[in-house]
Amino acid sequence: MELGRPNLEEFGATLLEMGRQNPDLLVVTSDSRGSGKLGPFAKALPKQIVEVGIAEQNLVGVSAGLASAGKIVFAVSPACFLTTRSLEQIKNDVAYSDNPVSLIGISAGVSYGALGSTHHSLHDFAALRATNNISIVAPADNFETRAAIYAAAAHPKPIYIRFGKRPMPHLHAPDTQFEIGKAITLAEGTDVTFVATGEPVVQAMQARALLEAQGVSCGVISMHTVKPLDEEALLNAAAHSRVIITVEEHSVFGGLGSACAEVLMQVGADVRFKIVGIPDEYTITGSQVEIFNYYGITPEGLAEQAQALLGSAVAV
Amino acid sequence: MYSLQELEQKSIEYRKTVLRIIVQANAGHTGGSLSCVDILNVLYNRVLNVSPATFGDPNRDRYIQSKGHSVEALFTVLADVGFYAESELDTLGRFGSHFIGHPTRKVPGIEQNTGALGHGLPLAVGTALAAKLDDRSYRVFTLLGDGELTEGSNWEASMAAAHYKLDNLVVIVDRNGLQISGPTEEVNGLEPLTAKFEAFGYAVREVNGNSIPDLVACFDQVPFAPGKPSLVIAKTIKGRGVSFIENAVAWHHHVPNADEYAVALQELNQAEEALLEAQSWS
Repeated sequence: MELGRPNLEEFGATLLEMGRQNPDLLVVTSDSRGSGKLGPFAKALPKQIVEVGIAEQNLVGVSAGLASAGKIVFAVSPACFLTTRSLEQIKNDVAYSDNPVSLIGISAGVSYGALGSTHHSLHDFAALRATNNISIVAPADNFETRAAIYAAAAHPKPIYIRFGKRPMPHLHAPDTQFEIGKAITLAEGTDVTFVATGEPVVQAMQARALLEAQGVSCGVISMHTVKPLDEEALLNAAAHSRVIITVEEHSVFGGLGSACAEVLMQVGADVRFKIVGIPDEYTITGSQVEIFNYYGITPEGLAEQAQALLGSAVAV
Repeated sequence: MYSLQELEQKSIEYRKTVLRIIVQANAGHTGGSLSCVDILNVLYNRVLNVSPATFGDPNRDRYIQSKGHSVEALFTVLADVGFYAESELDTLGRFGSHFIGHPTRKVPGIEQNTGALGHGLPLAVGTALAAKLDDRSYRVFTLLGDGELTEGSNWEASMAAAHYKLDNLVVIVDRNGLQISGPTEEVNGLEPLTAKFEAFGYAVREVNGNSIPDLVACFDQVPFAPGKPSLVIAKTIKGRGVSFIENAVAWHHHVPNADEYAVALQELNQAEEALLEAQSWS
Protein backbone atom coordinates (compact mmCIF):
# COMPACT_ATOMS: atom_id res chain seq x y z
CA MET A 1 0.00 0.00 0.00
CA GLU A 2 1.43 3.32 -1.09
CA LEU A 3 1.60 5.91 1.67
CA GLY A 4 -0.54 9.02 1.27
CA ARG A 5 -0.74 12.06 3.49
CA PRO A 6 -2.55 12.50 6.80
CA ASN A 7 -6.33 12.52 6.39
CA LEU A 8 -6.19 15.83 8.23
CA GLU A 9 -4.14 17.36 5.41
CA GLU A 10 -6.39 15.80 2.78
CA PHE A 11 -9.33 17.37 4.60
CA GLY A 12 -7.74 20.83 4.65
CA ALA A 13 -6.83 20.66 0.97
CA THR A 14 -10.28 19.37 0.00
CA LEU A 15 -12.01 22.11 1.95
CA LEU A 16 -9.86 24.79 0.29
CA GLU A 17 -10.76 23.40 -3.12
CA MET A 18 -14.45 23.38 -2.25
CA GLY A 19 -14.37 26.78 -0.57
CA ARG A 20 -12.88 28.35 -3.69
CA GLN A 21 -15.82 27.04 -5.68
CA ASN A 22 -18.51 28.02 -3.19
CA PRO A 23 -18.43 31.31 -1.26
CA ASP A 24 -21.24 30.04 0.99
CA LEU A 25 -18.91 27.38 2.43
CA LEU A 26 -17.67 28.39 5.86
CA VAL A 27 -15.18 26.88 8.24
CA VAL A 28 -15.82 27.60 11.91
CA THR A 29 -12.94 26.91 14.27
CA SER A 30 -12.20 27.10 17.97
CA ASP A 31 -8.59 28.25 17.80
CA SER A 32 -8.05 25.04 15.83
CA ARG A 33 -7.03 26.28 12.39
CA GLY A 34 -3.45 25.17 12.98
CA SER A 35 -4.25 21.73 14.33
CA GLY A 36 -6.93 21.42 11.62
CA LYS A 37 -4.43 22.16 8.83
CA LEU A 38 -6.59 25.10 7.84
CA GLY A 39 -3.81 27.68 7.58
CA PRO A 40 -3.88 27.68 3.76
CA PHE A 41 -7.69 27.95 3.82
CA ALA A 42 -7.58 30.89 6.20
CA LYS A 43 -4.95 32.62 4.08
CA ALA A 44 -6.70 32.04 0.77
CA LEU A 45 -10.30 32.56 1.93
CA PRO A 46 -10.19 34.80 5.02
CA LYS A 47 -13.84 35.76 4.67
CA GLN A 48 -14.89 32.12 4.80
CA ILE A 49 -13.34 31.25 8.14
CA VAL A 50 -15.10 32.12 11.39
CA GLU A 51 -12.99 31.97 14.51
CA VAL A 52 -14.73 31.76 17.88
CA GLY A 53 -11.72 31.10 20.07
CA ILE A 54 -11.43 28.25 22.53
CA ALA A 55 -15.17 27.88 23.08
CA GLU A 56 -16.51 24.62 21.71
CA GLN A 57 -20.07 25.10 22.94
CA ASN A 58 -20.22 28.40 21.12
CA LEU A 59 -18.51 26.83 18.10
CA VAL A 60 -21.38 24.41 17.64
CA GLY A 61 -24.17 26.86 18.51
CA VAL A 62 -22.82 29.51 16.15
CA SER A 63 -22.36 26.88 13.43
CA ALA A 64 -25.97 25.80 13.83
CA GLY A 65 -27.11 29.42 13.51
CA LEU A 66 -25.01 29.92 10.38
CA ALA A 67 -26.34 26.71 8.85
CA SER A 68 -29.92 27.73 9.62
CA ALA A 69 -29.34 30.83 7.51
CA GLY A 70 -28.21 28.78 4.51
CA LYS A 71 -24.46 28.57 4.97
CA ILE A 72 -22.57 25.32 4.27
CA VAL A 73 -20.82 24.96 7.58
CA PHE A 74 -17.86 22.84 8.64
CA ALA A 75 -17.30 23.13 12.39
CA VAL A 76 -13.76 21.98 13.07
CA SER A 77 -12.36 21.11 16.48
CA PRO A 78 -10.43 18.28 18.10
CA ALA A 79 -12.82 15.33 18.35
CA CYS A 80 -12.19 14.98 22.09
CA PHE A 81 -13.61 18.44 22.83
CA LEU A 82 -16.15 18.69 20.02
CA THR A 83 -18.07 15.60 21.05
CA THR A 84 -17.76 16.06 24.80
CA ARG A 85 -17.81 19.73 25.78
CA SER A 86 -20.39 20.56 23.14
CA LEU A 87 -22.37 17.33 23.10
CA GLU A 88 -25.51 19.14 24.22
CA GLN A 89 -25.11 21.67 21.41
CA ILE A 90 -24.68 18.80 18.94
CA LYS A 91 -27.76 17.06 20.32
CA ASN A 92 -30.03 20.11 20.45
CA ASP A 93 -28.75 22.84 18.14
CA VAL A 94 -27.56 20.60 15.31
CA ALA A 95 -29.36 17.25 15.46
CA TYR A 96 -32.69 18.05 17.14
CA SER A 97 -33.08 21.43 15.43
CA ASP A 98 -31.96 19.76 12.16
CA ASN A 99 -29.38 22.37 11.25
CA PRO A 100 -27.15 20.72 8.63
CA VAL A 101 -23.73 21.33 10.17
CA SER A 102 -20.79 19.11 9.24
CA LEU A 103 -18.97 18.53 12.51
CA ILE A 104 -15.33 17.64 11.92
CA GLY A 105 -13.56 15.87 14.77
CA ILE A 106 -9.85 16.22 14.12
CA SER A 107 -7.11 14.11 15.71
CA ALA A 108 -9.72 11.60 16.75
CA GLY A 109 -9.44 8.36 18.68
CA VAL A 110 -5.95 8.14 20.16
CA SER A 111 -4.27 10.42 17.60
CA TYR A 112 -3.25 12.59 20.55
CA GLY A 113 -2.20 9.40 22.31
CA ALA A 114 0.61 10.74 24.45
CA LEU A 115 -1.46 13.72 25.62
CA GLY A 116 -3.63 11.49 27.76
CA SER A 117 -7.30 10.75 28.15
CA THR A 118 -8.34 14.41 28.12
CA HIS A 119 -7.34 14.40 24.46
CA HIS A 120 -8.62 10.95 23.46
CA SER A 121 -12.02 10.53 21.83
CA LEU A 122 -13.04 6.94 22.39
CA HIS A 123 -16.66 7.70 23.23
CA ASP A 124 -17.76 9.75 20.24
CA PHE A 125 -19.35 6.96 18.20
CA ALA A 126 -21.29 5.80 21.25
CA ALA A 127 -22.49 9.27 22.20
CA LEU A 128 -23.58 10.18 18.70
CA ARG A 129 -25.01 6.76 17.79
CA ALA A 130 -27.55 7.35 20.55
CA THR A 131 -28.29 10.83 19.22
CA ASN A 132 -31.09 11.00 16.68
CA ASN A 133 -30.55 12.69 13.31
CA ILE A 134 -26.80 12.67 12.85
CA SER A 135 -24.63 10.47 10.64
CA ILE A 136 -21.21 9.28 11.79
CA VAL A 137 -18.35 8.79 9.34
CA ALA A 138 -14.74 7.71 10.02
CA PRO A 139 -12.79 7.77 6.77
CA ALA A 140 -9.90 5.31 6.51
CA ASP A 141 -7.67 6.88 3.88
CA ASN A 142 -7.23 10.04 1.83
CA PHE A 143 -9.76 8.88 -0.77
CA GLU A 144 -12.47 8.27 1.82
CA THR A 145 -11.66 11.55 3.55
CA ARG A 146 -11.95 13.60 0.39
CA ALA A 147 -15.10 11.77 -0.69
CA ALA A 148 -16.68 12.15 2.76
CA ILE A 149 -16.04 15.90 2.83
CA TYR A 150 -17.60 16.34 -0.60
CA ALA A 151 -20.53 14.13 0.40
CA ALA A 152 -21.04 16.08 3.63
CA ALA A 153 -21.28 19.40 1.80
CA ALA A 154 -23.97 17.96 -0.44
CA HIS A 155 -25.74 16.24 2.48
CA PRO A 156 -28.49 18.51 3.86
CA LYS A 157 -28.41 16.83 7.28
CA PRO A 158 -26.20 16.84 10.38
CA ILE A 159 -23.07 14.75 10.06
CA TYR A 160 -20.01 14.01 12.16
CA ILE A 161 -16.73 13.05 10.47
CA ARG A 162 -13.61 12.12 12.41
CA PHE A 163 -10.07 11.22 11.44
CA GLY A 164 -6.48 11.28 12.62
CA LYS A 165 -3.27 13.03 11.80
CA ARG A 166 -0.89 10.28 10.76
CA PRO A 167 -0.07 9.68 7.06
CA MET A 168 -2.37 6.98 5.74
CA PRO A 169 -1.74 4.38 3.02
CA HIS A 170 -4.00 4.48 -0.02
CA LEU A 171 -6.62 1.74 0.16
CA HIS A 172 -8.86 2.52 -2.77
CA ALA A 173 -8.65 2.96 -6.51
CA PRO A 174 -9.52 6.53 -7.53
CA ASP A 175 -12.66 5.36 -9.34
CA THR A 176 -14.14 3.74 -6.20
CA GLN A 177 -17.72 4.76 -5.44
CA PHE A 178 -18.28 6.48 -2.10
CA GLU A 179 -21.66 7.04 -0.53
CA ILE A 180 -22.55 7.92 3.07
CA GLY A 181 -24.07 4.79 4.63
CA LYS A 182 -22.68 2.43 2.00
CA ALA A 183 -19.71 0.29 3.06
CA ILE A 184 -16.84 -0.41 0.68
CA THR A 185 -15.85 -4.06 0.37
CA LEU A 186 -12.09 -4.18 -0.08
CA ALA A 187 -11.88 -7.96 -0.21
CA GLU A 188 -14.24 -10.89 0.15
CA GLY A 189 -13.47 -13.98 2.22
CA THR A 190 -15.21 -17.16 3.28
CA ASP A 191 -13.46 -17.83 6.59
CA VAL A 192 -13.24 -14.46 8.28
CA THR A 193 -14.28 -10.90 7.48
CA PHE A 194 -12.91 -7.83 9.19
CA VAL A 195 -15.47 -5.03 9.43
CA ALA A 196 -13.33 -2.03 10.24
CA THR A 197 -13.82 1.71 10.40
CA GLY A 198 -11.40 4.61 10.21
CA GLU A 199 -7.68 4.26 10.31
CA PRO A 200 -7.53 0.64 11.61
CA VAL A 201 -8.86 -0.50 8.21
CA VAL A 202 -5.16 -0.51 7.27
CA GLN A 203 -4.34 -3.00 10.03
CA ALA A 204 -7.24 -5.16 8.92
CA MET A 205 -5.88 -5.21 5.36
CA GLN A 206 -2.42 -6.11 6.64
CA ALA A 207 -3.90 -8.86 8.83
CA ARG A 208 -5.67 -10.17 5.75
CA ALA A 209 -2.30 -10.57 3.97
CA LEU A 210 -0.99 -12.61 6.92
CA LEU A 211 -4.10 -14.78 7.06
CA GLU A 212 -4.24 -15.42 3.32
CA ALA A 213 -0.60 -16.55 3.55
CA GLN A 214 -1.74 -19.01 6.24
CA GLY A 215 -4.46 -20.32 3.94
CA VAL A 216 -7.33 -18.43 5.56
CA SER A 217 -9.83 -16.78 3.23
CA CYS A 218 -10.24 -13.28 4.61
CA GLY A 219 -12.48 -10.40 3.64
CA VAL A 220 -12.23 -6.73 4.66
CA ILE A 221 -15.03 -4.20 4.70
CA SER A 222 -14.36 -0.50 5.21
CA MET A 223 -17.42 0.50 7.20
CA HIS A 224 -16.63 4.21 6.94
CA THR A 225 -20.16 5.11 8.01
CA VAL A 226 -20.83 3.91 11.54
CA LYS A 227 -24.34 5.36 11.42
CA PRO A 228 -26.46 4.67 9.49
CA LEU A 229 -24.83 1.24 9.40
CA ASP A 230 -24.75 -0.61 6.08
CA GLU A 231 -26.59 -3.64 7.42
CA GLU A 232 -26.77 -5.24 4.01
CA ALA A 233 -22.98 -5.33 3.65
CA LEU A 234 -22.61 -6.69 7.17
CA LEU A 235 -25.23 -9.40 6.75
CA ASN A 236 -23.77 -10.36 3.40
CA ALA A 237 -20.37 -10.82 5.07
CA ALA A 238 -21.97 -12.80 7.90
CA ALA A 239 -23.69 -15.05 5.36
CA HIS A 240 -20.42 -15.83 3.61
CA SER A 241 -17.89 -15.92 6.47
CA ARG A 242 -17.71 -18.04 9.60
CA VAL A 243 -16.12 -15.23 11.65
CA ILE A 244 -16.76 -11.50 11.81
CA ILE A 245 -14.28 -9.26 13.62
CA THR A 246 -14.99 -5.58 14.01
CA VAL A 247 -12.06 -3.18 14.36
CA GLU A 248 -12.24 0.42 15.51
CA GLU A 249 -10.27 3.18 17.23
CA HIS A 250 -12.96 3.58 19.87
CA SER A 251 -14.09 2.04 23.12
CA VAL A 252 -15.31 -1.52 22.69
CA PHE A 253 -18.55 -0.20 24.18
CA GLY A 254 -21.07 1.54 21.97
CA GLY A 255 -19.19 1.89 18.70
CA LEU A 256 -18.99 -0.04 15.46
CA GLY A 257 -18.70 -3.40 17.22
CA SER A 258 -21.82 -2.77 19.28
CA ALA A 259 -23.68 -1.59 16.18
CA CYS A 260 -22.75 -4.77 14.30
CA ALA A 261 -23.58 -6.99 17.28
CA GLU A 262 -27.03 -5.40 17.51
CA VAL A 263 -27.73 -6.25 13.90
CA LEU A 264 -26.24 -9.75 13.95
CA MET A 265 -27.91 -10.83 17.19
CA GLN A 266 -31.31 -9.57 16.17
CA VAL A 267 -31.30 -11.48 12.91
CA GLY A 268 -29.86 -14.57 14.62
CA ALA A 269 -26.77 -14.65 12.42
CA ASP A 270 -24.81 -17.89 12.68
CA VAL A 271 -21.35 -16.40 13.01
CA ARG A 272 -18.53 -16.16 15.52
CA PHE A 273 -18.05 -12.53 16.49
CA LYS A 274 -15.40 -10.38 18.16
CA ILE A 275 -15.16 -6.66 18.88
CA VAL A 276 -11.64 -5.24 18.73
CA GLY A 277 -11.12 -1.71 19.99
CA ILE A 278 -9.87 0.08 23.07
CA PRO A 279 -10.94 -1.76 26.23
CA ASP A 280 -12.83 -0.05 29.04
CA GLU A 281 -9.86 0.81 31.23
CA TYR A 282 -7.49 3.66 32.07
CA THR A 283 -6.08 4.10 28.57
CA ILE A 284 -2.36 3.55 28.13
CA THR A 285 -0.54 6.54 26.66
CA GLY A 286 1.95 6.74 23.81
CA SER A 287 1.79 7.31 20.09
CA GLN A 288 -1.27 6.13 18.19
CA VAL A 289 0.77 3.20 16.81
CA GLU A 290 2.10 2.27 20.25
CA ILE A 291 -1.41 2.28 21.67
CA PHE A 292 -2.66 0.16 18.76
CA ASN A 293 0.21 -2.26 19.38
CA TYR A 294 -0.57 -2.45 23.09
CA TYR A 295 -4.21 -3.30 22.47
CA GLY A 296 -3.59 -5.70 19.60
CA ILE A 297 -4.91 -3.49 16.85
CA THR A 298 -2.06 -4.79 14.68
CA PRO A 299 -1.82 -7.12 11.70
CA GLU A 300 -0.50 -9.89 13.97
CA GLY A 301 -2.99 -9.21 16.73
CA LEU A 302 -5.96 -9.24 14.38
CA ALA A 303 -4.71 -12.37 12.60
CA GLU A 304 -4.36 -14.13 15.97
CA GLN A 305 -7.90 -13.15 16.91
CA ALA A 306 -9.13 -14.52 13.61
CA GLN A 307 -7.30 -17.82 14.03
CA ALA A 308 -8.56 -18.17 17.60
CA LEU A 309 -12.15 -17.64 16.55
CA LEU A 310 -11.80 -19.94 13.55
CA GLY A 311 -10.36 -22.59 15.89
CA SER A 312 -13.15 -22.22 18.39
CA ALA A 313 -15.65 -22.25 15.58
CA VAL A 314 -14.33 -25.62 14.52
CA ALA A 315 -14.37 -26.87 18.13
CA VAL A 316 -17.99 -25.79 18.55
CA MET B 1 -49.97 49.07 13.24
CA TYR B 2 -51.56 48.55 16.62
CA SER B 3 -51.82 51.49 19.00
CA LEU B 4 -50.18 51.27 22.41
CA GLN B 5 -53.60 50.84 23.99
CA GLU B 6 -54.45 47.98 21.64
CA LEU B 7 -51.15 46.31 22.51
CA GLU B 8 -51.88 46.72 26.20
CA GLN B 9 -55.23 45.05 25.72
CA LYS B 10 -53.54 42.25 23.78
CA SER B 11 -51.18 41.63 26.68
CA ILE B 12 -54.13 41.09 28.98
CA GLU B 13 -55.77 38.73 26.48
CA TYR B 14 -52.47 36.87 26.08
CA ARG B 15 -52.19 36.46 29.84
CA LYS B 16 -55.68 34.96 29.95
CA THR B 17 -54.78 32.54 27.15
CA VAL B 18 -51.51 31.58 28.81
CA LEU B 19 -53.35 30.71 32.01
CA ARG B 20 -56.10 28.87 30.13
CA ILE B 21 -53.73 26.58 28.24
CA ILE B 22 -51.56 25.93 31.30
CA VAL B 23 -54.65 24.98 33.30
CA GLN B 24 -55.91 22.79 30.45
CA ALA B 25 -52.56 21.03 30.07
CA ASN B 26 -52.10 20.91 33.83
CA ALA B 27 -48.49 21.91 33.24
CA GLY B 28 -46.50 24.94 32.22
CA HIS B 29 -44.20 27.71 33.31
CA THR B 30 -46.70 30.19 34.65
CA GLY B 31 -44.44 32.80 36.24
CA GLY B 32 -41.95 33.17 33.39
CA SER B 33 -44.58 33.20 30.66
CA LEU B 34 -46.44 36.01 32.41
CA SER B 35 -43.24 38.00 32.90
CA CYS B 36 -42.18 37.93 29.23
CA VAL B 37 -45.52 38.19 27.47
CA ASP B 38 -45.33 41.97 27.02
CA ILE B 39 -41.93 41.61 25.38
CA LEU B 40 -43.25 39.01 22.93
CA ASN B 41 -46.32 41.12 22.29
CA VAL B 42 -44.26 44.14 21.27
CA LEU B 43 -41.79 42.07 19.26
CA TYR B 44 -44.34 40.20 17.16
CA ASN B 45 -46.92 42.97 16.82
CA ARG B 46 -44.63 45.92 16.41
CA VAL B 47 -40.94 45.17 15.91
CA LEU B 48 -40.19 41.95 14.04
CA ASN B 49 -40.32 41.92 10.27
CA VAL B 50 -41.81 38.43 10.19
CA SER B 51 -45.25 36.99 9.58
CA PRO B 52 -46.70 33.66 8.47
CA ALA B 53 -46.42 34.91 4.89
CA THR B 54 -42.74 35.86 5.18
CA PHE B 55 -41.50 33.09 7.45
CA GLY B 56 -39.62 31.40 4.59
CA ASP B 57 -38.03 34.67 3.45
CA PRO B 58 -34.27 34.70 4.06
CA ASN B 59 -34.55 38.42 4.87
CA ARG B 60 -37.06 37.95 7.70
CA ASP B 61 -36.15 39.03 11.21
CA ARG B 62 -35.50 36.07 13.49
CA TYR B 63 -36.65 35.51 17.05
CA ILE B 64 -35.02 32.75 19.08
CA GLN B 65 -36.39 32.07 22.54
CA SER B 66 -33.55 30.87 24.70
CA LYS B 67 -35.75 30.66 27.81
CA GLY B 68 -37.67 27.94 26.05
CA HIS B 69 -39.68 26.96 29.12
CA SER B 70 -41.77 30.12 28.78
CA VAL B 71 -43.17 28.61 25.60
CA GLU B 72 -46.80 29.13 26.56
CA ALA B 73 -46.36 32.88 26.01
CA LEU B 74 -44.68 32.27 22.65
CA PHE B 75 -47.31 29.78 21.45
CA THR B 76 -50.05 32.23 22.47
CA VAL B 77 -48.54 35.17 20.58
CA LEU B 78 -47.74 33.10 17.47
CA ALA B 79 -51.37 31.95 17.33
CA ASP B 80 -52.58 35.54 17.59
CA VAL B 81 -50.34 36.76 14.77
CA GLY B 82 -51.68 33.99 12.56
CA PHE B 83 -49.12 31.21 12.42
CA TYR B 84 -51.85 28.69 13.32
CA ALA B 85 -55.38 28.57 14.64
CA GLU B 86 -55.81 29.41 18.31
CA SER B 87 -57.61 26.06 18.76
CA GLU B 88 -54.22 24.34 18.23
CA LEU B 89 -53.23 25.68 21.64
CA ASP B 90 -55.75 23.34 23.21
CA THR B 91 -53.46 20.42 22.33
CA LEU B 92 -50.67 21.73 24.59
CA GLY B 93 -48.98 18.82 26.32
CA ARG B 94 -51.23 16.18 24.79
CA PHE B 95 -49.75 12.94 23.51
CA GLY B 96 -48.26 13.47 20.06
CA SER B 97 -48.93 17.22 19.95
CA HIS B 98 -46.16 19.49 18.68
CA PHE B 99 -47.29 22.03 21.26
CA ILE B 100 -44.95 20.78 23.96
CA GLY B 101 -43.21 22.31 26.94
CA HIS B 102 -40.47 23.94 24.87
CA PRO B 103 -40.25 25.50 21.40
CA THR B 104 -39.93 23.11 18.49
CA ARG B 105 -39.72 23.82 14.79
CA LYS B 106 -42.59 21.42 14.27
CA VAL B 107 -44.74 24.40 15.32
CA PRO B 108 -45.08 27.06 12.60
CA GLY B 109 -43.17 30.24 13.39
CA ILE B 110 -40.56 28.66 15.65
CA GLU B 111 -36.99 29.23 14.44
CA GLN B 112 -35.01 26.84 16.63
CA ASN B 113 -35.63 23.98 19.04
CA THR B 114 -34.69 25.36 22.42
CA GLY B 115 -35.31 24.47 26.03
CA ALA B 116 -31.88 23.53 27.31
CA LEU B 117 -30.65 26.82 28.72
CA GLY B 118 -27.71 28.75 27.34
CA HIS B 119 -28.36 27.73 23.72
CA GLY B 120 -30.30 30.65 22.26
CA LEU B 121 -27.54 33.21 22.25
CA PRO B 122 -24.92 31.13 20.36
CA LEU B 123 -27.60 30.24 17.80
CA ALA B 124 -28.56 33.90 17.50
CA VAL B 125 -24.93 34.94 17.11
CA GLY B 126 -24.46 32.46 14.25
CA THR B 127 -27.66 33.61 12.56
CA ALA B 128 -26.74 37.29 12.93
CA LEU B 129 -23.23 36.60 11.65
CA ALA B 130 -24.71 34.94 8.55
CA ALA B 131 -26.62 38.18 7.85
CA LYS B 132 -23.40 40.17 8.06
CA LEU B 133 -21.54 37.73 5.79
CA ASP B 134 -24.36 37.77 3.26
CA ASP B 135 -24.93 41.52 3.53
CA ARG B 136 -28.54 40.98 4.48
CA SER B 137 -30.48 43.45 6.58
CA TYR B 138 -32.39 41.10 8.86
CA ARG B 139 -32.05 41.33 12.62
CA VAL B 140 -31.92 38.59 15.21
CA PHE B 141 -33.67 38.90 18.56
CA THR B 142 -33.18 36.44 21.37
CA LEU B 143 -34.84 36.32 24.77
CA LEU B 144 -32.86 34.99 27.72
CA GLY B 145 -34.04 34.33 31.22
CA ASP B 146 -31.96 35.96 33.92
CA GLY B 147 -31.53 32.62 35.68
CA GLU B 148 -29.87 31.11 32.62
CA LEU B 149 -27.14 33.74 32.60
CA THR B 150 -25.02 31.48 34.78
CA GLU B 151 -24.65 29.16 31.76
CA GLY B 152 -21.14 29.82 30.46
CA SER B 153 -22.15 29.47 26.82
CA ASN B 154 -23.89 32.86 27.06
CA TRP B 155 -20.61 34.53 27.81
CA GLU B 156 -18.76 32.63 25.10
CA ALA B 157 -21.37 33.83 22.62
CA SER B 158 -21.29 37.38 24.00
CA MET B 159 -17.58 37.61 23.28
CA ALA B 160 -18.18 36.48 19.71
CA ALA B 161 -21.08 38.93 19.29
CA ALA B 162 -18.83 41.83 20.22
CA HIS B 163 -15.87 40.51 18.24
CA TYR B 164 -17.93 40.29 15.07
CA LYS B 165 -19.61 43.67 15.78
CA LEU B 166 -23.08 42.19 15.47
CA ASP B 167 -25.21 45.32 15.68
CA ASN B 168 -28.01 43.32 14.05
CA LEU B 169 -28.28 41.24 17.23
CA VAL B 170 -30.65 42.23 20.02
CA VAL B 171 -30.37 40.26 23.24
CA ILE B 172 -33.21 40.70 25.70
CA VAL B 173 -32.88 39.54 29.28
CA ASP B 174 -36.15 38.87 31.09
CA ARG B 175 -34.87 40.24 34.39
CA ASN B 176 -37.62 39.09 36.71
CA GLY B 177 -35.10 38.31 39.43
CA LEU B 178 -36.40 34.85 40.26
CA GLN B 179 -35.47 31.35 39.21
CA ILE B 180 -36.72 27.93 40.19
CA SER B 181 -34.82 27.79 43.50
CA GLY B 182 -35.25 31.40 44.56
CA PRO B 183 -34.03 34.93 43.83
CA THR B 184 -31.19 35.01 41.27
CA GLU B 185 -29.05 37.03 43.65
CA GLU B 186 -29.33 34.31 46.28
CA VAL B 187 -28.86 31.35 43.94
CA ASN B 188 -25.71 32.70 42.30
CA GLY B 189 -25.53 36.47 42.08
CA LEU B 190 -25.64 38.09 38.63
CA GLU B 191 -25.18 41.75 39.52
CA PRO B 192 -23.76 44.12 38.46
CA LEU B 193 -25.37 42.91 35.27
CA THR B 194 -25.30 46.10 33.23
CA ALA B 195 -21.60 46.57 33.92
CA LYS B 196 -20.92 42.94 33.00
CA PHE B 197 -22.72 43.21 29.68
CA GLU B 198 -21.05 46.54 28.91
CA ALA B 199 -17.68 44.99 29.69
CA PHE B 200 -18.51 42.21 27.22
CA GLY B 201 -19.07 44.79 24.50
CA TYR B 202 -22.81 45.34 24.40
CA ALA B 203 -24.66 48.63 24.18
CA VAL B 204 -27.00 48.14 27.12
CA ARG B 205 -30.40 49.66 27.92
CA GLU B 206 -32.58 48.98 30.90
CA VAL B 207 -36.31 49.12 30.39
CA ASN B 208 -39.50 48.30 32.20
CA GLY B 209 -40.18 44.98 30.51
CA ASN B 210 -43.85 45.01 31.46
CA SER B 211 -44.50 48.47 30.03
CA ILE B 212 -45.71 48.45 26.44
CA PRO B 213 -44.80 52.12 25.80
CA ASP B 214 -41.33 51.65 27.30
CA LEU B 215 -40.68 48.49 25.29
CA VAL B 216 -41.86 50.12 22.06
CA ALA B 217 -39.66 53.15 22.66
CA CYS B 218 -36.70 50.93 23.49
CA PHE B 219 -36.95 48.66 20.44
CA ASP B 220 -37.47 51.68 18.18
CA GLN B 221 -33.90 52.63 19.05
CA VAL B 222 -32.06 49.42 18.14
CA PRO B 223 -29.25 49.17 17.36
CA PHE B 224 -28.28 51.28 20.34
CA ALA B 225 -24.78 51.86 18.98
CA PRO B 226 -23.29 51.14 15.57
CA GLY B 227 -20.96 48.15 15.54
CA LYS B 228 -22.16 46.83 18.90
CA PRO B 229 -24.70 44.17 19.77
CA SER B 230 -27.67 45.61 21.66
CA LEU B 231 -28.69 44.27 25.02
CA VAL B 232 -31.96 45.06 26.74
CA ILE B 233 -32.29 44.35 30.43
CA ALA B 234 -36.06 44.09 30.63
CA LYS B 235 -36.99 44.52 34.26
CA THR B 236 -40.09 42.47 34.70
CA ILE B 237 -42.26 41.00 37.41
CA LYS B 238 -42.43 37.23 37.36
CA GLY B 239 -46.09 36.27 37.21
CA ARG B 240 -47.04 39.80 36.15
CA GLY B 241 -50.76 40.50 35.98
CA VAL B 242 -52.07 38.20 38.69
CA SER B 243 -51.56 39.45 42.23
CA PHE B 244 -50.89 36.16 43.97
CA ILE B 245 -48.59 34.87 41.22
CA GLU B 246 -46.46 38.02 41.04
CA ASN B 247 -42.97 37.72 42.51
CA ALA B 248 -43.70 34.31 44.02
CA VAL B 249 -40.92 31.77 43.59
CA ALA B 250 -43.36 28.87 43.95
CA TRP B 251 -45.16 29.92 40.75
CA HIS B 252 -42.18 29.11 38.51
CA HIS B 253 -44.09 26.14 37.14
CA HIS B 254 -47.02 25.91 39.48
CA VAL B 255 -50.39 25.36 37.79
CA PRO B 256 -53.41 27.29 39.09
CA ASN B 257 -56.21 25.20 40.58
CA ALA B 258 -59.81 25.98 39.67
CA ASP B 259 -60.25 28.60 42.36
CA GLU B 260 -56.95 30.28 41.65
CA TYR B 261 -57.74 30.30 37.94
CA ALA B 262 -61.10 31.93 38.58
CA VAL B 263 -59.54 34.67 40.72
CA ALA B 264 -56.77 35.19 38.16
CA LEU B 265 -59.28 35.61 35.34
CA GLN B 266 -61.30 38.00 37.47
CA GLU B 267 -58.23 40.14 38.08
CA LEU B 268 -57.31 40.17 34.42
CA ASN B 269 -60.87 40.99 33.37
CA GLN B 270 -60.91 43.85 35.84
CA ALA B 271 -57.63 45.10 34.46
CA GLU B 272 -59.03 44.93 30.95
CA GLU B 273 -62.17 46.83 31.97
CA ALA B 274 -60.05 49.48 33.65
CA LEU B 275 -57.90 49.76 30.53
CA LEU B 276 -60.90 50.14 28.23
CA GLU B 277 -62.45 52.68 30.56
CA ALA B 278 -59.25 54.70 30.62
CA GLN B 279 -59.17 54.55 26.85
CA SER B 280 -62.73 55.82 26.57
CA TRP B 281 -61.77 58.82 28.70
CA SER B 282 -58.65 59.60 26.72
